[in-house]
Amino acid sequence: MSADTKQNTITIDGQEIPFLAGQTIMDAALAAGVYIPHLCHRQGLTPHGSCKLCVVDIASKSVTACTMPAMAGQQISNNTPALNEARKTITQMLFIEGNHICPSCEKCGDCTLQAMAYHLGMLDGHFPQFFQRREVDASHPTVMLDRDRCILCELCVRASREVDGKNVFDIAGRGTNAHLIVNSTSGKLVDSDLETSDMAAHICPVGAILIKKSGYKVPIGQRTFDLHKVSEIGLEKTILTKVRQPDE
Amino acid sequence: MSKIRIATTSLAGCFGCHMSFLDMDERLVALLEHVEFNRSPLTDIKHCGPCDIGLIEGAVCNAENVHVLREFRDNCKILIAVGACAINGGVPAMRNHFNLRECLEEAYVNGVGVENPQIPNDVELPLLLDKVHPIHDVVRVDYYLPGCPPSADEFLKILGDLLAGKAPSLPYNLLHYD
Repeated sequence: MSADTKQNTITIDGQEIPFLAGQTIMDAALAAGVYIPHLCHRQGLTPHGSCKLCVVDIASKSVTACTMPAMAGQQISNNTPALNEARKTITQMLFIEGNHICPSCEKCGDCTLQAMAYHLGMLDGHFPQFFQRREVDASHPTVMLDRDRCILCELCVRASREVDGKNVFDIAGRGTNAHLIVNSTSGKLVDSDLETSDMAAHICPVGAILIKKSGYKVPIGQRTFDLHKVSEIGLEKTILTKVRQPDE
Repeated sequence: MSKIRIATTSLAGCFGCHMSFLDMDERLVALLEHVEFNRSPLTDIKHCGPCDIGLIEGAVCNAENVHVLREFRDNCKILIAVGACAINGGVPAMRNHFNLRECLEEAYVNGVGVENPQIPNDVELPLLLDKVHPIHDVVRVDYYLPGCPPSADEFLKILGDLLAGKAPSLPYNLLHYD
């Protein structure tokens, strides 16, 4: 390591890792194989900073690792009992705000929210369930939208705009009324320009956007998070590559 | 040493958790050296007496469920929510998207193949609650055993920990919600 790059290091939980100018803490951590829990971040898309699972502590200040630029000398706490307890609470709130009935969801075993809950040792939802009634949109011939499971991470919104060159999704409403909307005259997926090959159709980390007629191609027990932990670095690329096979 | 006394029940559940409990097969024999069963579908004892551990499968969907659940809480030192329905309402709670009348009319009046359509109204039938609830909405719960159903290994782990006097914990490989 040259003297120049040695200056450009941050420290996460005592481990010194290098970064390049312009990288966020999340970028540097992922490149170094250090896992910081996250749901709304995906490399290559504009960071969103909304799920708050990637909050880390720098001295006494809490910041989202996916939006905070890496700066030389940062002393960062990540995998601490206090942060992981807060992350578990956030995950519990995501579960109780939506209708996440894992046994009835075809994303079960491939769901990053579920895998995150396993990673954090979540045994229950703790808070009272909202049981919100949310609209299902099954109008599209190949893509299904079940808002019950949407966690408002906006990965589909960003993938559609930044990768697919379209503008199919957005979030409308505020607070508990926030919900995913479809950019078409009828508000239905069938009238949007979403196609099965779009990244937006595959990027959903939960079971909100599903490809029809493929839900049980891979049996329960052999799915991504049956075989891998959510903390395995590079898994996201594997998942995206896998689900974008032309025969799916 | 006296045996640890366990009671079990299924509220709005499918008895799948009980079936999974029995999946411990011959390991039940060793377990029975340390525990005995009070009220349970396995013993057919109708009311819960004083117990060390209560295992509750299923969500709370009617007045009888509330009554049984409170009887368990009053009598069990440790109450464990077993399975998805007890923990978050699970599949029975999917009716919460609709009002009760819509559910009853769909099942007993407008459903496909219904003959002599009428909504059951016998005094023997427990009154349905407006919404289905996880059990911690009604009573204090000490521990949670997720899964749909939890595996026999999970039951053995949590009971083994409690028999050893430890706070129960599930290792990563046993934790699942399906």
